[in-house]
Amino acid sequence: MSARTLTGLSAPPSKGATVPRRRDAVVRRGLRHIRRAVVEQPRIFVLAFLGSSLYGGMTVASAYVIGGITERVLLPAFDDGATTTAALTLAATAILAVAVLKIIGILGRRLFAGIMSYRLMAEYRRRVTGQYLRLPLSWHQRHPTGQLLSNANSDVEASWFFVSPLPFACGALVMVAITVAALFLTDPLLALVGVVVFPLVFVLNAVYSQVMSPRMERAQQLRAEVSEIAHESFDAALVVKTLGREADETTRFAVKADELRDGLVAVGRVRGLFDPLMEALPNLGTLAVLLIGADRVAAGAADAGDLVSVAYLFTLLALPIRAIGWVLADLPRALAGFDRVTPVLEATGETRHGPDAAPAGTGGAALGLADVDFRFDGAQRPTLDGVTFDVVAGRTVAVVGPTGSGKSTLAGLLVRLVDPHSGAVLLDGIDLRSLREGEVSGQVAFVPQSTFLFDDTVRDNVTLGAPFDDAEVGEALRIAAADEFVARLPAGLDTRVGERGATLSGGQRQRLALARAVVRRPRLLVLDDATSAVDPSVEARILDALRASDRPATVVVVAYRQATIALADEVVWLEGGRLVARGSHAELLATVPGYAGLVQAYQPPEAVERAAGSVEVGA
Amino acid sequence: MSEPLLAADRRPEGAMATLRRGLAMMPEFRQGLPVTFLLALLATAGRVVVPIAVQQTLDRGLGAPGGPDIPLVRDLVLVSALVVVVTSFAVYRMNVRLFRTTETALAGLRIRAFRHVHDLSVLHQQGERRGSLVSRVTSDVDQLSVFMQWGGVLGLVSVGQLVVATVVMAVYSWQLTLLVIVCFVPLAIAVKYFSRRLAAVYGVVRERVGDVLGAVAESVVGAPTVRAYGIRGRTAARIDTAIDRHYRASVDAQKVTAAVYVSGELVAAVANAAVVVVGVLLGIAGDISAGTLVAFLFLVTLFVAPVQTASEVLNEAQNAVAGFRRVLDVIDTEPDVRDPALADPARARALPPGPLDVRFERVSFAYTAGGRAALDDVDLTIAACRRVAVVGETGSGKTTFAKLVTRLMDPTAGRVLVGGVALTDVAFSSLRERVVMVPQDGFLFDASVADNVRYGRPGLTDAAVTRAFGELGLRDWLRTLSDGVATPVGQRGESLSAGERQLVAVARAYVADPDLLVLDEATSAVDPATEMRLTRALDTLTTGRTTLTIAHRLSTAERADEVLVVDAGRVVQRGRHDELVQVPGAYARLHASWRRSSGRQPEPAA
Repeated sequence: MSARTLTGLSAPPSKGATVPRRRDAVVRRGLRHIRRAVVEQPRIFVLAFLGSSLYGGMTVASAYVIGGITERVLLPAFDDGATTTAALTLAATAILAVAVLKIIGILGRRLFAGIMSYRLMAEYRRRVTGQYLRLPLSWHQRHPTGQLLSNANSDVEASWFFVSPLPFACGALVMVAITVAALFLTDPLLALVGVVVFPLVFVLNAVYSQVMSPRMERAQQLRAEVSEIAHESFDAALVVKTLGREADETTRFAVKADELRDGLVAVGRVRGLFDPLMEALPNLGTLAVLLIGADRVAAGAADAGDLVSVAYLFTLLALPIRAIGWVLADLPRALAGFDRVTPVLEATGETRHGPDAAPAGTGGAALGLADVDFRFDGAQRPTLDGVTFDVVAGRTVAVVGPTGSGKSTLAGLLVRLVDPHSGAVLLDGIDLRSLREGEVSGQVAFVPQSTFLFDDTVRDNVTLGAPFDDAEVGEALRIAAADEFVARLPAGLDTRVGERGATLSGGQRQRLALARAVVRRPRLLVLDDATSAVDPSVEARILDALRASDRPATVVVVAYRQATIALADEVVWLEGGRLVARGSHAELLATVPGYAGLVQAYQPPEAVERAAGSVEVGA
Repeated sequence: MSEPLLAADRRPEGAMATLRRGLAMMPEFRQGLPVTFLLALLATAGRVVVPIAVQQTLDRGLGAPGGPDIPLVRDLVLVSALVVVVTSFAVYRMNVRLFRTTETALAGLRIRAFRHVHDLSVLHQQGERRGSLVSRVTSDVDQLSVFMQWGGVLGLVSVGQLVVATVVMAVYSWQLTLLVIVCFVPLAIAVKYFSRRLAAVYGVVRERVGDVLGAVAESVVGAPTVRAYGIRGRTAARIDTAIDRHYRASVDAQKVTAAVYVSGELVAAVANAAVVVVGVLLGIAGDISAGTLVAFLFLVTLFVAPVQTASEVLNEAQNAVAGFRRVLDVIDTEPDVRDPALADPARARALPPGPLDVRFERVSFAYTAGGRAALDDVDLTIAACRRVAVVGETGSGKTTFAKLVTRLMDPTAGRVLVGGVALTDVAFSSLRERVVMVPQDGFLFDASVADNVRYGRPGLTDAAVTRAFGELGLRDWLRTLSDGVATPVGQRGESLSAGERQLVAVARAYVADPDLLVLDEATSAVDPATEMRLTRALDTLTTGRTTLTIAHRLSTAERADEVLVVDAGRVVQRGRHDELVQVPGAYARLHASWRRSSGRQPEPAA
């Protein structure tokens, strides 16, 4: 593979909202983010904080218990060569009692901290997916699927992951405060050690998160890029293999994997330095306590028990102080994740619904398009340009046009998946936009080009939760020619179809999607090339069944197949987003060369003339 | 649980076996390991220096016969401080070394696994399971790397700390050491139970994570369906249920981890109390000094910390080992099809120059051992330079035919020869250059149209790509693109329609200039007019090559030199279209059905 092609294919996708910001802002923004978490879950936070404070208090207490025992039980016993059972019992009880309280503190801290972080994740996942369901399809079209999935999953998780050690860290702050106070009470000179060591710990942590944050972000970005290449390359497996490009693909992947390795080593270098520093600080603190403490004991200003307590305390504090570091270290990742989630939460542009009820009618609905324009965001050319036509209730219209002429967009407009930029789509004379929410889907059924099935049973995929009984479902399956294969499934209607219907073939999925539309007895049925994987005779059966009813539905069908087109009362011919011609199949065949060329492409030239002639005769 | 993805996945294996297998597969990991271990040993020394300093200060400094010996304490503290600084530096060096070797080893592992996945047929035969293969070279390795950065180093230092603390404790007092160990015995026994519980609860959590991913995907991938059917409320309820169940499973798991953690705390307290009581009694008996006992209390915390760390990383470690196993299983899976140039260079041959014929010698193929044969004892020859159409109902074995000719799979029985050479002997470099297939789903990369076309032939200029489209009769289509061949096609080619993607895929195969071209429903989504223009162009352009076309649109069969009709894994008819259509049989039936669907008049009876 040439270098040029290589770069052409491996250009990093520049997506995700990485808001440029000043580096010194991390800590400040981080504190705001912490406040956000606390404000969202105040009660749980208080409980976790209380647990953590109990733990902190008991940690300090345990040091003083050890000191007290040294002074009152241990040293006297060693000096006198004797002790009492009562003294030993008291010592053991004191140690155990403090430990039990400490355990209660730990349990409270860990449980509530976990609950707090999981609640935040669940809550934000609900909000994000709520937005996904609320925002219009045009918004979805602007955002890659993979990005939306990771917004709801990994980004939300990253946003609130730091919450788990947060109460621990807050408790550690309490612990530090108690310790400094206790130090001052014990001996002001010894307290100086604490006054020097603790602020140093904070400064070190702040510096660490500042240095680490860009490195972590880069590693995260590289992870995403490695994953991107793996996804693309494996999806392309057949192409890679049949063109024998495995080695080049591996090179492409290896370049990124090595970049990621370097990025992670850079992260490791900083962490590798920070960890021993954070460990050395309390140790050096303990040694300083010994140095000063020995002097003070010699001077009679403190006793040996105090010295042991303070030294022991520094040893015990090493871990909780690390918790502060965990929170600070995770904040950059949390902020990056939250920055990606925020645009989803703040996105506006909900589909607005009108106040009107749908016209109360049975049977087919009259459909009208009045001067409809549609343009995708950022597109140079309109996808649909001034399309106007009417469909009389109960009639079947085929929409035909070359690849890329705007057929699917038109189909989407009819069910209000998107709204026209100008002009209007009218159902029984009423603009779709003025109908109440739920009214359009109550009247119109749509079967899209690519079928979507839910990870649910066959029955639920047909009813989608609406109260249809098994007889109705069975009838719909029969019309859609899905009854036979459903009967052969292990659990019939109750068979789960797997994620996106993975256990079914393309044709089977399509027939279930058709049954889903048919069971609703819609007044307007829109089929967007929805029968491509279905046998033509089955398709004819479906359309016949729909029209055989005494109150037939209006049908709009996007198709290439002549057999499908032949079932239509009328054909609309689209070219480049414009309605170029409409009329019967025979009329268009005779008058529109592009149309004839498309639908008769498979016929040798001499047969085309014969076919055209005979249709005209028959019409 | 779904069925295992790879054969190797079925094998039950202990954590140690996985680690051994992994280390054998990661030579980078062993480099410089002795020095790293030496540094780790040095690092743990720094942890015991403080308790020793406390003991010395109490016993020899403060408890000195002639009153407190301050200079001694000063010297002690200075030496200890020096040790702390030196060991911190050792820890730093050890960390950096470890990060570098593990990341290098993991990157190597990742790349090897990636390369290997491309050799596995499961990649193209079970498209819906691709995601799980992707996770083996991404999240599974990421998880390992994260574990090594957090738990791995911590674990290594912890084990060292545990050993050193035990040794120092034993030097001070073997009786108390024994006491501490006895206190920890119940915990050691409980670890097995704990790890089972942890594995169980986290297994549930992982399953729920999968449910959430699936539910969220419904709101994104199924967005048009959700809107068209007005089922927002129902979809939201489904997502809520999945999120809620995941939340509850996570909280349950949190309860278990918390319980495991505090059991260590409880044992530590019991050990402390026991040490005080027994220590005082030993002191009275004159066996230990006051300083020793106090130092011992410090050492117990050093002993407890690794135990608690271990209980913390236990679950992470299990996850990491499971991920490790999944990655290793990929590499350990034998590819179904091996390049003879790699497997057996002596046997590897190149295809002979010139046009290629195809010979099937009693070929059978079944997708699963003992399963229904997709191809059953097929024996035929396709002469060089012929245009052959393979037709048949869905599931008749047409695509299997194409996959065997291009050696995406090897036959279960019999052999396939191209240009007179058994495909199993043809070096891939020669095979992939001369034999090219265009699959139905012609995947496009996130690049320009031109980049995608020259993927088949690197180095081709934009002008040459434009010319190729012209030769294929697609100049008009190219004009509809905003920027010609430089137009970006978007992720997976999604900016183009399905039909347009197929046009690019055909162009890509065309510029690769193969001698045997296999088209597997390559134009199924193209509109009929364009398809006919394209196939007519291909007809003239492929003169002099052998072309094998799998098609459900029988227009191709009508134009082919020869038609093979496949039914239930066997070739039931063979001949020219105008011969076959005359005789009652599978082809006549297929053709009549297709004619109905394309709205054609019945052929005049002969």
